[in-house]
Amino acid sequence: MTIDHHMLVGFAKSFGLFYLLAMAAVALIYACWPANRNRFDKAARDIIDDEDRPWH
Amino acid sequence: MSERQRGLIVLAVLAFIGLAMAVAGAGRGDPLQAHGYIVLLFSIGIGCVLLKGYFAPEPPATRLDSYYDDPSKVGIVLAMGWAVFGMFVGDWVAWLLAFPDLTFDAAWSSFGRLRPAHTTGVIFGFGGNALIATSFHVMQRTARARMPDQFSPWFVLIGYNLFCLLAVSGYFLGITQSKEYAEPEWYADIWLVIVWVTYLLLYLRTLARRKEPHIYVANWYYLAFILVVAILHVVNNLAVPASFAGAKSYSAFAGVQDAMTQWWYGHNAVAFFLTAGFLGMLYYYLPKRAERPIYSYRMSIIGFWGITFFYMWAGSHHLHYTALPQWVQTLGMTFSVMLIVPSWIAAANALLTLNGAWHKVRDDATLRFMMMAAIFYGLSTFEGSFMAIRSVNSLSHYTDWTIGHVHAGAMGWVALITFGSIYALVPWLWKRERMYSPALVEVHFWLALAGTLVYVFAMWNSGIIQGLMWRTYSDSGTLTYSFLDSMVAMHPYYVARAVGGLLFLIGAVVGCYNIWMTIRRPSGAEATADTPLPATMQPAE
Repeated sequence: MTIDHHMLVGFAKSFGLFYLLAMAAVALIYACWPANRNRFDKAARDIIDDEDRPWH
Repeated sequence: MSERQRGLIVLAVLAFIGLAMAVAGAGRGDPLQAHGYIVLLFSIGIGCVLLKGYFAPEPPATRLDSYYDDPSKVGIVLAMGWAVFGMFVGDWVAWLLAFPDLTFDAAWSSFGRLRPAHTTGVIFGFGGNALIATSFHVMQRTARARMPDQFSPWFVLIGYNLFCLLAVSGYFLGITQSKEYAEPEWYADIWLVIVWVTYLLLYLRTLARRKEPHIYVANWYYLAFILVVAILHVVNNLAVPASFAGAKSYSAFAGVQDAMTQWWYGHNAVAFFLTAGFLGMLYYYLPKRAERPIYSYRMSIIGFWGITFFYMWAGSHHLHYTALPQWVQTLGMTFSVMLIVPSWIAAANALLTLNGAWHKVRDDATLRFMMMAAIFYGLSTFEGSFMAIRSVNSLSHYTDWTIGHVHAGAMGWVALITFGSIYALVPWLWKRERMYSPALVEVHFWLALAGTLVYVFAMWNSGIIQGLMWRTYSDSGTLTYSFLDSMVAMHPYYVARAVGGLLFLIGAVVGCYNIWMTIRRPSGAEATADTPLPATMQPAE
């Protein structure tokens, strides 16, 4: 099987759309998942005071 | 093997390579000779610094209880040095465009050689060093872990500056592979790959040692910057040297494939070098300085994936109305328009973080640098999406509008967020209560803002006038204006642009003075929130 220009274009135009949508869905679900809320809030708060020293 | 020995061996190998380049180049009368000497002298110079402390007692084990910040400190100083150099050359070029007779009439001082010296100086010299310095700081703090070793960060920082030095000196010598923002020749490119992979591994190794389980979002942006720049750099610079004893190489790509590869690289350099890394800065230093958590952590994650997914496809908008297939142009245009979503997520997130703390923005020029950067980020990403639309591009392409757009991003966004971050970081790193002179930070802010506005408005005017003059037809169907007519019409704007650039440059010089005095000033008072490092000597002591 040879991979020619038309095949690549067809692949990009069909699969490309769905893989982009799927990745967007994964990112959105991860970011908006309710159980992640506390973790994210804590992460955002924790950097405000971190100049101290490494943890052991 | 101790880290000092490792450093010496690397420098010895490098010096040997430099000597070999010099000898090989000399045999053919090739400019590679000059670069060989630069590599040789650079290695010897760094070697002298290393040898000076070689027999000093090993640093105490207590150093492992603190973050390793010396490379960040040197990186900030280097970044400011490159800023002044790059902006000076930029303003020189600006005056040259307004008054072409000012040239020295020598090859090295021609526009074609000065221009890449400016772009490389500001993007890679200033921006790159600032990114490396701040990323070392951010990754350790957010991971709550010290870097795994002391050799790698120095190798990355010093090696990267050798690359910048080879790049800029090469332009003056006439060495270029004629790819915009990727001008350095094959040997410099290979060296950068080695440095960059070490950088990526250093970042990953530090994250692997993290004590904080969650990886803060700024790290994602910095990592995207490092990883994607590696991919872009390797692919776009694929080339075959004409000879291993010469500087010249031939690209692996030709024709429209070459153009597409180049602008896939070029626009993603904007995306991942000039955006992702600096968003990492924004997401760390802005909340820290404002002492308020980022408005929406979720938005920062969604914005991250939007930027990484979309930007990859936007490069072809640089090739509207070319031999590139129409659908590829349309694809680039579509993704460029979609990019407004993640871009404005980041800009809005930054401004909403400050909402409720406007009194701090009013009183604190450092925070105002960051706020203004977010505003310019929002403006220039909107403008970019707009200019990528094919019919808008037919007016804007090849005109100074593009230059205005780039500088709204580079001065308004990249440089302002960098200055803001550096002004926040310098007192923390050197354990000072504050900058030497808050008044001078204020002066720098207004010079930078005024310079950016003068520059950008001049280029908007000049670009749109150019675009309109080039497409104005007379009743008989011929072009009304010659190209020369449009050149004459540009003159006042070119003078204004050079003045704006000068203001920006003076601001950077003021910043250098302020940073230098902050470093030099003995730290009398205890630093604000920091616990002092245990018994390590500070450079200023």
